[in-house]
Amino acid sequence: MYSFEYHRAETVEETLKLGSVLEDARFLAGGQSLIPMMKLRFAKADNIIDLRDLDELRGIEVAHDIVSIGAMARHAEVAASPKVQSAIPALAGLAGGIGDPMVRARGTMGGSIANADPAACYPAACLALGATINTTGGDIEADDFFQGVFETALGEGALVTGAEFPVPDAAAYKKFRHPASRFALAGIFVARFGDLVRVGVTGAGRQGAYRWIEAEDALTENFAVNALDGLHADPSQMNSDIHGDEPYRAHLVEVMTRRAVLNASAHCGDE
Amino acid sequence: MIKFGIGQSLARVEDARLLRGLGRFTDDIAPPRSVQMYVLRSPHAHAEIGGIDFRAARAMPGVHTILTGEDAAADDLGGFPSMVPSTAPGGGPNFTPPFAIIAHGKARYAGQPVAIVVADTLEQAKDAAEAIIVDYEPLPAVASLADADAPGAPLVWNECPDNLDALATFGDKGVVDAAFEKAASTHSVEVRISRVSANPMESRTALGEWNEAEERYELTGGMQSPHMLRAQLAECVFKIPPNKIRVRAFDVGGGFGMKGVPHPEPALVLWAARKVRRPVRWTSERSEAFLSDCHSRDHTSRCELALDSGARILALRFFARANLGAYLSLAGLHCAQGNIGHLSGVYTTPAIYAEVRSYFTHTVPIGPYRGAGRPEAITVLERAIDAAAFDLRMDPAELRRRNLIGPDQMPYDTGFQFTYDSGNYPVSQTKAEEAAGWANFEERRLESLRRGKLRGIGMGHIVEIAAGMNDEMGAIDVEADGSVTISTGFHNHGQGQETTMRQLVSEFLGVPPDRIKYRDSDTDVQPFGFGSAGSRAAAVGGALFKAISEKIIEKGKVIAAIMLDTSAEEIDFVDGTFTARSTNRTATLAEVAALAHQPMGLPQGMEGGLSHKQMFRPKGPTFPNGCHICEVEIDPETGRSEILGYWVCEDVGRSINPMIVAGQMHGGVVQGLGQAMGEFIEYDEEGQLLTGSFMDYQMPRALDMPQITTISNNVPSPNNPLGIKGAGESGTVGAMPAGLNAVCNALQPLGIRHFDMPATPWRVWQAIQHAGGIEALHKAAHETA
Repeated sequence: MYSFEYHRAETVEETLKLGSVLEDARFLAGGQSLIPMMKLRFAKADNIIDLRDLDELRGIEVAHDIVSIGAMARHAEVAASPKVQSAIPALAGLAGGIGDPMVRARGTMGGSIANADPAACYPAACLALGATINTTGGDIEADDFFQGVFETALGEGALVTGAEFPVPDAAAYKKFRHPASRFALAGIFVARFGDLVRVGVTGAGRQGAYRWIEAEDALTENFAVNALDGLHADPSQMNSDIHGDEPYRAHLVEVMTRRAVLNASAHCGDE
Repeated sequence: MIKFGIGQSLARVEDARLLRGLGRFTDDIAPPRSVQMYVLRSPHAHAEIGGIDFRAARAMPGVHTILTGEDAAADDLGGFPSMVPSTAPGGGPNFTPPFAIIAHGKARYAGQPVAIVVADTLEQAKDAAEAIIVDYEPLPAVASLADADAPGAPLVWNECPDNLDALATFGDKGVVDAAFEKAASTHSVEVRISRVSANPMESRTALGEWNEAEERYELTGGMQSPHMLRAQLAECVFKIPPNKIRVRAFDVGGGFGMKGVPHPEPALVLWAARKVRRPVRWTSERSEAFLSDCHSRDHTSRCELALDSGARILALRFFARANLGAYLSLAGLHCAQGNIGHLSGVYTTPAIYAEVRSYFTHTVPIGPYRGAGRPEAITVLERAIDAAAFDLRMDPAELRRRNLIGPDQMPYDTGFQFTYDSGNYPVSQTKAEEAAGWANFEERRLESLRRGKLRGIGMGHIVEIAAGMNDEMGAIDVEADGSVTISTGFHNHGQGQETTMRQLVSEFLGVPPDRIKYRDSDTDVQPFGFGSAGSRAAAVGGALFKAISEKIIEKGKVIAAIMLDTSAEEIDFVDGTFTARSTNRTATLAEVAALAHQPMGLPQGMEGGLSHKQMFRPKGPTFPNGCHICEVEIDPETGRSEILGYWVCEDVGRSINPMIVAGQMHGGVVQGLGQAMGEFIEYDEEGQLLTGSFMDYQMPRALDMPQITTISNNVPSPNNPLGIKGAGESGTVGAMPAGLNAVCNALQPLGIRHFDMPATPWRVWQAIQHAGGIEALHKAAHETA
């Protein structure tokens, strides 16, 4: 790890100020992605601003069919929240299936969303639920927020402060884990609002998390597994590594989508 | 009170220390004035090193020295030798380039040390390393075994055409070929044993010190064989007498054979420590470990079986290619060809012929890993048996049963390399089959098929050599109050020897366990030792301490006779007490020890003390064995396998601590299944490591593993006085074939005869696709319905 100056602030305002005056500064949320990269010297910053004291970014509230989660909510907190469990059980299940107990105890929703790892779970939920990402630079719709691999619409020096998830009528998240990293090789979040269905895909796509529009159209027409018959994910849009090439990932997207639809009204689970 | 003796499942003494964070691992030790070493490693698999400019780096804060291969050559430092002689392809001895401690002129694998930086802190050393400019001229590399002898493949060593270092043959080809001629059926299978990394929980460590007063080197580190490492450092690297080096190990978090191989860094810290006159510390980071720990396995072969009309094996032919990496590690060739005797397995195979070709590649050297050649040979054999059963449409358990060596045939000379000591293989198979429900498996297969899943069962019936013919030295030092200290040359790095050795000595001498100190792995405590490897510590160490205890009792009897006013012949020793026969006059070991340390009270000419030190060589090796069964269920849509159950009926000979044996079995099975189901090391075509972290290397996790049921069918070994066979490796040896056979069996309804490890979801899914996909599954379901 390269040496750096460590800073902490107690309010968002103070944090943003620090961020604007310090040279080469980066925000540290839960540190489950940034710290390993820094340890490997793949990431470097002269100044690290730790967000851990920002209690204002912590809460989880449900009102008017919207689940609002503060950016600094730990995955374990979201997973264990009775409010999330009752409003969007699939989202609580998603949080409970991220990484391992250590990652869930430290990692935060806001950190995951801001980092936009192409295999992270939260982006799939944000896209499928049509979440609004709250940032210090204003609200951004999930559809506009995720722009590619580790790329987001988050403004320079801005912070993700939370996310608002509309409560669907039915939803499920199905994740096929990468055998080594245990991230999503293909993670599918399916959500139905009335007749309208949205499908968020993570892990598989070459450009990061995305919505599978063809599946959404088919499922909006008929929310049933057989509505997906004959529908194929496009391998040319898929990622590839030593644990799965493009056609395999495309196939897994199809399989996991079917399973998500099948389970859409039940609690989510892993594969 | 529970007797602290042989056969008790006592909780491990060392756990109270380790679980409370009171262990002492090398990285816990920070002597005053110590500095840190960082190893700059070659980013290229093959490159000329033109020059190394480290002037700027040398001037950076905290830097004490920077050393390169040039300096090592100037200091006449050597490399580590291979311990296995072999034959070059054209006859004569094979080429044996020593395992270099630092590259000089040329780098031959990605990750090879090119320079070391010694600085006050590790971060300073890393900062300086980034400022070193190495003039590399990258050269074409050959990074896979398959390409090693391809036409035009780059040579790792100009001395080795086609990169072929050794061609070893075993057995009588003529006899075997003749048996194939008259066979009723022949069966051939090609098997790939993937390349893996040991990944011990504690990575490799080394702390080097130069003792100016005694003018000698002192090394502390994570290792398995301190004496062997000392011998190699002294004779081959520094070219000084062995007593000019002290080597010791404290707590070590797993070795698995990998830490039994001398690696460059222990030599480098010692070298650097003398240069800077300060203790030099090094702890491998996990990314460094993937690059620089000796990998293991990496082997392809064709195995052919000749059967008679009754499905009895007449002969076996075996043609293997093994990867050595860029250099010969101490035991690289041993893995390739040293355990080829395992092709006999538990079967009465009359004739075996084997050919092993060992190749250099531009990859980190191959070393041993839990089994070291045993799992490779046994897995190939057990796959061949299942393939033959597939061809004959026979139950593979039945095919094995027809060929098992019977208990009445023991000791059994295989006619190839081994003579098995004892065992009852048919009973082990019966017990394992009963526990696993082998007989009604087909019902379970159908039940799975109805849910759209492919279920498979696989057997690995194995035997493996243990407790090999290497001497071991040990001592029991008896204090004047009857407390004892036991010491040996082998080393506990997770096997529970601190407990089992105490159990043994407590049994032999009747000393309570809290009065027994255990010391190992210090070349100043014991001048000689072989170390912990090859499942040997319990069998060899047990017999060694029995022999030493007997010597102590013998002398104790003479002293007790003086105290009890009788003759030594009239003294009995039971449970720590000497008794004058047919009397109530007794003396405890503590009382006898007290007198033994008052030479004035002893007869003229009698030496004081009760301590005894000696060496021991067992009569012969032992052959732990067992029948392993694994059951899996595959989701054909994703290719993911779930291991549903695992059963092993094992024979470890006499068991000192059944709980520790079960633990060894569990750990061994997980490492075998880990490889069968998912672990693999992969380099790209340029020799860059693709599996350089746990993000890409598929380590097994607890949740991936089933309940492992262990059943004992222990038959004592006649080859050592305690009848112990050993338990360290057999779990891995059995789990690799059992796991792989289970996957192959699950795929069998699709017409798949053989599938190579690792059974990762993607690879299994591809195999299913090639066999016609889910359509074929439905067809199979229809046919079986």
